[in-house]
Amino acid sequence: MKDKTGLVVALVLFACLIVVPPLLPTFYTGLVTLILIFAIFAMSLDILQGYTGLASLGHAAFLGTAAYVVAILNVKVFKGPHFTVELIAGILSAAFVAAIFGLFVLRSRQTYFLMILLASSMMLWGIAFKWRSLTGGDDGLPGIARPNLSAIHLNLANTTHFYYFVLLFFLIAIILMYLVVRSSFGHTLMGIRESETRMQALGYNIWLQKYLAFIVSSVFAGLAGVLLVYYNGFVSPSELHLVLSAEALIMVILGGSGTLFGPAIGAAIITLIKNFVSGYTEHWMIILGAIYIATVVLAPQGVYRLIKQLMRK
Amino acid sequence: MEALVVENVSMDFGGLRALNALSFSVSVGERLAIIGPNGAGKTTLFQILSGMLTPTTGRIFAFGKEITKLPPHQRAALGLGRTFQITNLFFNLTVLDNLLLGLEATGHTRFNPVRPVSTYGRLLKQAEEILRQWGMWERRDVPVRSLSYGEQRQLEIVLTLSQKRSILLLDEPTCGLSPEEAKSFTAMISGFSRDFTVLLIDHDMDVTFEIAEKVMVLHYGQLLVHGLPGEVKSNPRVQEIYMGAEE
Repeated sequence: MKDKTGLVVALVLFACLIVVPPLLPTFYTGLVTLILIFAIFAMSLDILQGYTGLASLGHAAFLGTAAYVVAILNVKVFKGPHFTVELIAGILSAAFVAAIFGLFVLRSRQTYFLMILLASSMMLWGIAFKWRSLTGGDDGLPGIARPNLSAIHLNLANTTHFYYFVLLFFLIAIILMYLVVRSSFGHTLMGIRESETRMQALGYNIWLQKYLAFIVSSVFAGLAGVLLVYYNGFVSPSELHLVLSAEALIMVILGGSGTLFGPAIGAAIITLIKNFVSGYTEHWMIILGAIYIATVVLAPQGVYRLIKQLMRK
Repeated sequence: MEALVVENVSMDFGGLRALNALSFSVSVGERLAIIGPNGAGKTTLFQILSGMLTPTTGRIFAFGKEITKLPPHQRAALGLGRTFQITNLFFNLTVLDNLLLGLEATGHTRFNPVRPVSTYGRLLKQAEEILRQWGMWERRDVPVRSLSYGEQRQLEIVLTLSQKRSILLLDEPTCGLSPEEAKSFTAMISGFSRDFTVLLIDHDMDVTFEIAEKVMVLHYGQLLVHGLPGEVKSNPRVQEIYMGAEE
């Protein structure tokens, strides 16, 4: 019964997403595209933050790495789009970074984990910032071409076509992540979130489970990075920066950590506000901080759980 | 055959010596009770045996294999199971989910990233049997945080027993149980097959002497006596520092 309501809501939302381009002006279609990309990113963080209990301030490392790999392949290697290779290389590079980082950051816990991962991710930012010849430094890499999918009659330069392209990946990602958090594996992640020592005593190699969670999460963050770089046609060190990681964390908390769909709502709220605010002021961080405080005070459980409670009444 | 051998184990926390050159062994099927005043090092010993702590010096063997440096999950795989003195459960998960996590630990399902737990019929059936046996089936969908303290303590034991590990470290299992529950718990442990080795810490002397075939007394990290319950009871040192303290 409860599951059915969820399914109906999901289908209605999906229907809404399908009719976005014909109903909304192009500008807003672009904005919803961006929301979908950040929704994938925020949900991928929720696998770590909400399900495994690993609060992270370094999630941009995965998105940024994938974005840079795609950009470098696109601009410097192929000198044009090469979709399949770029997609796979982008996602694998994110997973690779997770596999390396995971080796040492997962030895520590809580605040230490957070700080070590933060430092590691900022190291990548430093590399992107300094390695001018490869990354363009703080100027970034412009001129990234969107994939050429004319073979299947998609013209990704067109906002509407690109929107459906991203929507497809969004759907695949959300279904896969939903399967992950509902799976036996996802179950063990929640066990780790609740009590690491009990999981160890029961016989779980919690390091291994966390390591796998780390990689799974990075794959989806990498996908978000690939889509983002096509969306912007541009990559810069800010895709690897702490600010992006912090935004993702706030999306998760605002939406409701450990709910998977909540962070997608969080992504929508944050992206909309950011877009609106940036028209008036450059001090986005102040607003972001205020949103964070408001969330913690007014809806510490997150918007998703709030909506669920209201629907039950 | 010895289930556990502890050789000259010491544990220092900074300047505090919590265990001092402890040596003893437990044979397969034995029921050993470890008693001693608060701060004697009983729980520290369990932490070391289960792998949560590495001893400062000394060695530990399980079934003849050295486990001194093995992480907890590898010890569990060798057959060590434990309960916790301070209830250690998955509080935001349901009773059923808690139990399933216990059952999943021994299989390969834990690595399956797509198939939901709820589709493993065999696990569910096993969980149902265990929960019915303990009278907790009706409570299966209740989050553990909403259980009464007594129920949580019961689940603490059930979760460990459900795994059928061959060496059980029970840290104050009856603390928080009603006298009747404690009694049925005692009867159950006494009824265990001799494949199971049981190490028990408990402040309830009725439970301790009912279950134990051997008793070990710790005092400030030292092994004071290790022998049959009768010997331990009549030991003057024990009466002086432990039993006597209660009079």
